[in-house]
Amino acid sequence: MLESTHLYLAGIWFILWGVLWAVYFALDGFDFGVGTLLPFLAKSEEEKRIMLNSVGPFWDGNEVWLIAAGGVTFAAFPFAYAVMFSWLYTPLLLLLFALILRGVSFEFRSKIESPAWKKVWDTCQFLGSVLPSILLGVAFANIFQGLPFNADYVNPGGTLELLNPYGLAGGVLFLVIFVTHGAIWLAVRTEGALQQRAVNVATKLWPVLLVLVLVFLAWSWVGTKLFSNYQQYPVLFLLLALPVGGLLLMRVFMAAGKWWKAWFSSLAFIIGTTMFAVVGLFPAIMPASPNPQYSVTIHNASSSELTLSIMLGVALVFVPLVIAYQAWAYKTFASAPVGEDDIEY
Amino acid sequence: MDVVMLSRLQFAAATMFHFIFVPLTLGLSVLIAVMETMYVRSGNEVYQRMAKFWGKLFLINFALGVVTGITLEFQFGTNWSRYSTFVGDIFGSLLAIEATAAFFLESTFVAVWAFGWKRLSAKAHCVAAWLIAFAGNLSAVWILIANGFMQDPTGYEIVQTAAGPRAELVDFWAVIFNPFAWHEFVHTVTGSLALGAFFVVGISAWHLLRKNQMDFFRRSFRVAVPFALVASLVVAGQGHFHGNHVAEVQPAKLAAMEAHFETQANAPMYLLQIPGEKENKLEALPIPSMLSILAFNHPDAVVKGLNDFPEEDRPPVVLTFLSFRVMVGIGTLMILVGGWAWLKRNNIDDQRLLLRVLPFMIPLPYIALQAGWIVAEVGRQPWIVYGLMRTSDAASPVQPGQVTGSLVAMVLIYALLGAAGIFLMVRAARKGPHKA
Ligand code: HDD
Ligand code: HEM
Ligand code: HEM
Repeated sequence: MLESTHLYLAGIWFILWGVLWAVYFALDGFDFGVGTLLPFLAKSEEEKRIMLNSVGPFWDGNEVWLIAAGGVTFAAFPFAYAVMFSWLYTPLLLLLFALILRGVSFEFRSKIESPAWKKVWDTCQFLGSVLPSILLGVAFANIFQGLPFNADYVNPGGTLELLNPYGLAGGVLFLVIFVTHGAIWLAVRTEGALQQRAVNVATKLWPVLLVLVLVFLAWSWVGTKLFSNYQQYPVLFLLLALPVGGLLLMRVFMAAGKWWKAWFSSLAFIIGTTMFAVVGLFPAIMPASPNPQYSVTIHNASSSELTLSIMLGVALVFVPLVIAYQAWAYKTFASAPVGEDDIEY
Repeated sequence: MDVVMLSRLQFAAATMFHFIFVPLTLGLSVLIAVMETMYVRSGNEVYQRMAKFWGKLFLINFALGVVTGITLEFQFGTNWSRYSTFVGDIFGSLLAIEATAAFFLESTFVAVWAFGWKRLSAKAHCVAAWLIAFAGNLSAVWILIANGFMQDPTGYEIVQTAAGPRAELVDFWAVIFNPFAWHEFVHTVTGSLALGAFFVVGISAWHLLRKNQMDFFRRSFRVAVPFALVASLVVAGQGHFHGNHVAEVQPAKLAAMEAHFETQANAPMYLLQIPGEKENKLEALPIPSMLSILAFNHPDAVVKGLNDFPEEDRPPVVLTFLSFRVMVGIGTLMILVGGWAWLKRNNIDDQRLLLRVLPFMIPLPYIALQAGWIVAEVGRQPWIVYGLMRTSDAASPVQPGQVTGSLVAMVLIYALLGAAGIFLMVRAARKGPHKA
């Protein structure tokens, strides 16, 4: 058990840890969505380039939120970092390989004017967007549900056990969330026929999303302990305001054709949903099921008090700075639909 | 093979591959920023075309640097989870600081730079170029402080926790100002700058020899050549003091670098030496006391030999020794050729021999940088954290099959992407810039 200042710091870092993952999902989520839609929405080479350019200046900056989330897991909860990524060895490496293929495809695609060459990188772009969406969903759903940790935290090789029904439901949920998020982004950033197609996708997916969210919530209620903190402190249910509000406003703004506002609602929905789940996990970072005594929690995984306080100082200085210049970059490059000037890829 | 060996192979492959691209990012970003500054100051379009042309090569390289870096960030957890638990309190925070302070800046402004030619003023664009150069080198600071902790741990104490013993932070400044880390930083960053400069000089020479776009490449040459010479001089000169520091804090590594087996004062250095793991196969042409001088700046200094270390604490000798020779040999050659190019910088057009030699210099700093890392990392064995934790105790409790699978997949993917990337860079480099 930790002493009180240390415990407070660990608690703050737990929340920040959740926020980093949430922001990561909200940002990389839309470019995964665009990559997933690439083969379905673009009807010509020019439309493909417009779609890719709508995320071109942003995807790398978005992906750094993953690196930061990983780094913060390592810094604040080293034992959680160790267990999380060695237990989830195979899916994590698959995720990384997929991200690698996607990352280079942005840069390589335009370099040779050959349809076959472009086809290769478009395929990488697609796989590198779909796979991470699903894998992140499967991994996090399994974390919500609890992993079968034992005393020495050795995974007996059960990677396939992650593909249980609840895990798979998480995968599908993440994919649909991200594709909707990406479709709305395209509605913001494109014009004409392409925009119309993006609007159709977003409009058709929204009810699917709603149903999936309800199913997943109900399943979590019966199948996991995610709601026990909420049952103990019902006031926490107020936290639902953000995801529920986001989800509903998304529909309202879509109907009104206000795409930027719809996109921000979707952003709020993703951040709110992630935080809702993270608060449900507390104080566990990774609960163990069926043996809760092996859970990885802020009590047995935190860094020292000194490290946590130094890192808090670092975060308070740099995170606002990062948000400021990334927001500036978004304003500079996303203020208008992708036009002739921006055709790069 | 066991998990430790497989994980070592995988880690070595992943970092070495990352470090094919990292040095060009570090070095070329500085040169591009210099070119853009010259454009802003002089208004001469040719400098803008220079920034764009070299920037195109930069971006291909950068993409590969980024994607290979992401794997590394997570490999400590996937493959070295016991190590991560043990050092995370210190090492993890350095990685997290690197991401928040440097990677965000770098990735955001590379995009601003690449997409901003029409949207930003020339001055603002130039600032973006400097921010990229700054952020890349800042990331080197943090990762090398992390590596410095593995080489010579400072500012920690060992504490028993629920998850076993671990190194906890007690003095942040001792970790930050670890002299080992700053030696590594100066050495790696100047080595990378030399690499970037030889890259620009080599490609420019190739075009000058073929009389392509003479004005463009003459100017590129002249921007880069002082960097090639000065950075080579610094990397070698500072390398000497780096060696002194290694002799002091990691005597076993120094002994392996020199294949030095018998502890002695006035230790000689052999001009001809064939090393073995247990003893030298050949020692001839000694320079008396030279090793004592190189290691401790004094002819009478005692240099501890490998025989005085327990067998289980000795690093692999032959690989460390040879890599060290390769690095120093290349460093010497870089100074000579860099000096030659600098002397002829004003009438480079008719130096046909020099122009023929320079393109062949491009790979050499790459080899020296890799060799240097082999010296540093293999020479540290059998320790993963020098004196505190052995590599054999550090691996994750995963199945050998999982690591074999990921190792094979990684090598395949990296080989294909690396080949595609190098092909694209060679193509773009040969094609040269758009005509003015
Ligand atoms: C001396 C410099 C240096 C060294 C030793 C390393 N790196 Fe690196 N890394 C860089 C210098 C760099 C860079 C110059 O900042 C890169 C290279 C190309 C680039 O895009 O940024 C980069 C990229 C890069 C990225 C991607 C950042 C992004 O998405 O923008 C990650 C996650 C890492 N690195 C992580 C690591 C880890 C975990 C290392 C240790 C094993 C490592 N790097 C060694
Ligand atoms: C980028 C340049 C680098 C290169 C080329 C490089 C190369 C290598 C090589 C060849 C090994 C294998 C040594 C062996 O097992 O015999 C190794 C191991 C390792 N290195 Fe590095 N390294 C680099 C930077 C770093 C940095 C910056 C860190 C930490 C921040 C680091 C951490 C490690 C770890 C954890 C291992 C695995 C354990 C071990 O085998 O000792 N390396 N590296
Ligand atoms: C010519 C004289 C040189 C000397 C005396 C020298 C000295 C050293 C020494 C002693 C080390 C081992 C440090 C350790 O154990 O961590 C080292 C490592 C290294 N060297 Fe050199 N070096 C020279 C040239 C070069 C050149 C030309 C390059 C590249 C262009 C280079 C790149 C590196 C790198 C990347 C490392 C590993 C990182 C580090 O420890 O700094 N060196 N060098």
